[in-house]
Amino acid sequence: MKHQLKQAFSSSKFVLGFVLFSIMLLLAIFYPIFSPFDPMEMVGSIFYPPGTYVSVSDTVQATYNGFNIDPSEAHLKAALSPENREKMKNWLVRFGGVNEADIDIEDTVALVDLWDAHYSSDNPQEGLLSSEKKSYSRLDKSLAKAKTGIKTALYTENSDGEMEESLIISDRDYVRVNDVANTVTLPLGADNFGADMLTKLTNSIRVSLQIGLVAGLIATLIGLTIGLLAGFLGGLVDNILTFLTNIFTVIPSFVILILIANSVGQAGRGPFVVAMIIGVTAWPWTARSVRSQVISLRNRDHVNLSKLSGHSLPHIILNDILPYVASYVVMALILQVSSGILAEAQLSMLGLGPSTTTTTTLGMMMNWAQQYTAHLSGAWWAFIPVILSVAIISFSLNLMNTGLDQIFNPQLRED
Amino acid sequence: MKGFAKYYGKRIGWYLITLVIAIFLNFLLPRLMPGNPVQTLVSEMMGSSTNATAAEKIMQQYTEQFGLDKSIPEQFIIYVGKLLQGDLGISFSQFPRSVGDIISSSVGWTLALQLPAIIVGWILGNFLGAIAAYIRKGVDKVVLPIFMFISNIPAFGLAIVMLFVFSLQLKIAPSGGAYAPDMFPNFSLEFIGSLISHFALPFFTMVLTTIGGQAIGMRSMSIYELNADYVKYSRFLGIKDRKIIVYVFRNAMLPQITGLAMSLGTMVGGNLVAEMIFNYPGIGNTMFSAIGARDYPLLSGCTLMITIMVLIANLVVEILYGIIDPRVKAAQQESEN
Repeated sequence: MKHQLKQAFSSSKFVLGFVLFSIMLLLAIFYPIFSPFDPMEMVGSIFYPPGTYVSVSDTVQATYNGFNIDPSEAHLKAALSPENREKMKNWLVRFGGVNEADIDIEDTVALVDLWDAHYSSDNPQEGLLSSEKKSYSRLDKSLAKAKTGIKTALYTENSDGEMEESLIISDRDYVRVNDVANTVTLPLGADNFGADMLTKLTNSIRVSLQIGLVAGLIATLIGLTIGLLAGFLGGLVDNILTFLTNIFTVIPSFVILILIANSVGQAGRGPFVVAMIIGVTAWPWTARSVRSQVISLRNRDHVNLSKLSGHSLPHIILNDILPYVASYVVMALILQVSSGILAEAQLSMLGLGPSTTTTTTLGMMMNWAQQYTAHLSGAWWAFIPVILSVAIISFSLNLMNTGLDQIFNPQLRED
Repeated sequence: MKGFAKYYGKRIGWYLITLVIAIFLNFLLPRLMPGNPVQTLVSEMMGSSTNATAAEKIMQQYTEQFGLDKSIPEQFIIYVGKLLQGDLGISFSQFPRSVGDIISSSVGWTLALQLPAIIVGWILGNFLGAIAAYIRKGVDKVVLPIFMFISNIPAFGLAIVMLFVFSLQLKIAPSGGAYAPDMFPNFSLEFIGSLISHFALPFFTMVLTTIGGQAIGMRSMSIYELNADYVKYSRFLGIKDRKIIVYVFRNAMLPQITGLAMSLGTMVGGNLVAEMIFNYPGIGNTMFSAIGARDYPLLSGCTLMITIMVLIANLVVEILYGIIDPRVKAAQQESEN
């Protein structure tokens, strides 16, 4: 066992897969512990983008530090959306007599200079609707405001319950982020329920891994038992079991999965039940490969010797067969865990995933992102991290499997 | 030729038995629901609706369809009898359309999308795997792992990403459907153009997710073959590498055909969900809406149709394999004697 582990870690593929998998596992275990939020807690609102949010009230109350930085350029940049830049360019070309080649809409300062030099609301602007004229004049005003700087007054309630001007805030006043008492950091933004994505994601990774493990263990156990019995006993038992196995290899397992999941009904479908359903539909190919391995072992000398010594069937299987297929079974288990996680995601996407309000899985998160059309809202943080997590877990497990394959099948070795 | 017919007769017989078992499962599993399945289905489907007459009508239809007053074997015979007449019942969510009608209008889309996607993905995957085994170096260390990673993204996950990048950010692909919503199917150039532009994104998504898994299998098989004695002997004889490689890859391809048959079910499953993301009007999308609407007859029809398609695909692969692989031919000859 120790020797085999040592061998496994000499394969670079296995090590890479192991490291990737460990990172996901550690993230899933430890992040929710240190996260300030509960995975199901609705902290914010739908699809808040990632970033740090500072309390506005606390910010104005904090200590101000003056900086000698002209804020107007940044203000202009923020005020000018790509559409507005395009609009300004159109106006300048049509009515300002500016050559189109001279306008660079990316260069904020040059664009605004050109605008100031040519724009006038008195321009006849022939061919424009009055609403369009008005929108241009509004744009001009907002630019002027952004340039002169905005003075903000702060009013606070005094002891008589009246509002009283307490402070004038200049646009060169800054507050150190650390001085703001209340800040909220959402490293991956918020999902459609307003929950912190990262906390929810790590929690989902944990639950999905558990589902994958339970499904994988059940599938491997069933497959191993059937494969061992069919391969070792041979004869009629083998015929019946092989017939069954072949049938369930050809009938797509996800069809049976859908039928069972649908029959169990919404109420009965907890995460554990879903894992069990996945497990009992995923065993056939494990059974198939275990059987062919056992057949090649069945007539080895040590097995025959054991039979002659009068050992019982369980004894022979446990001591003379199992140790030889163990490495193979571990590899099959790894693949079963990975396909179990994928099966859960697939079921959830179809609306047949775990129905629970106390926890989440990767599939459920993807389903919610899809239901709330996160991709249409441009909320990439609501689905890309989830898809990446599924892919990384599955990739790392497959890498580990390939690495082990190269160790146990020496022909595949790199050199 | 006699052995050939006998061999395939046996195989086709086996597939027919499998089909009967698949139909039986399709029939039995919903009936294992705890409690009265008809009542459960109707109450789940009706939800908050209080229309008593509608509920009663649906209840009646379900009871008739399930034939619950009869014994299970009797029910199964009635079910198969109806099936043989092509009667899959009537959809509840798209009343009064029949399930057979809905499925026949969607099955073509699924076939037209998935069949080419799986075949192209399989060919490209084999090509990549063979190159990785022969050249090693960069292809094996960089290109292959990239495709392996992509193939570990579930097809529906990649579908969302592709839709987000190409349709919503770059705006170079339509956002879903099989053709522009303002068009009616006809044989104009414009319509065919619209078909192709809607086809591209789902097609490439499915091809991309297929390549990696096939390539890794082909790589292993090719390495086995490259190390075989006949390759060493041929090299020793001075036969050119280019000629040897043709034999190597032909031999390595054979198990890959079986590999395709084995992974067909899984691939189709992922692709069906991807279809749903692209709103492509195939079986996947129909199945999704059936689940959402608790339209049991439609869902059951979809799962049956998918099973039949996968079974046929498997049979075709098996027949092809028998034609290509001389060892199977030998087995056929043996059974002749």
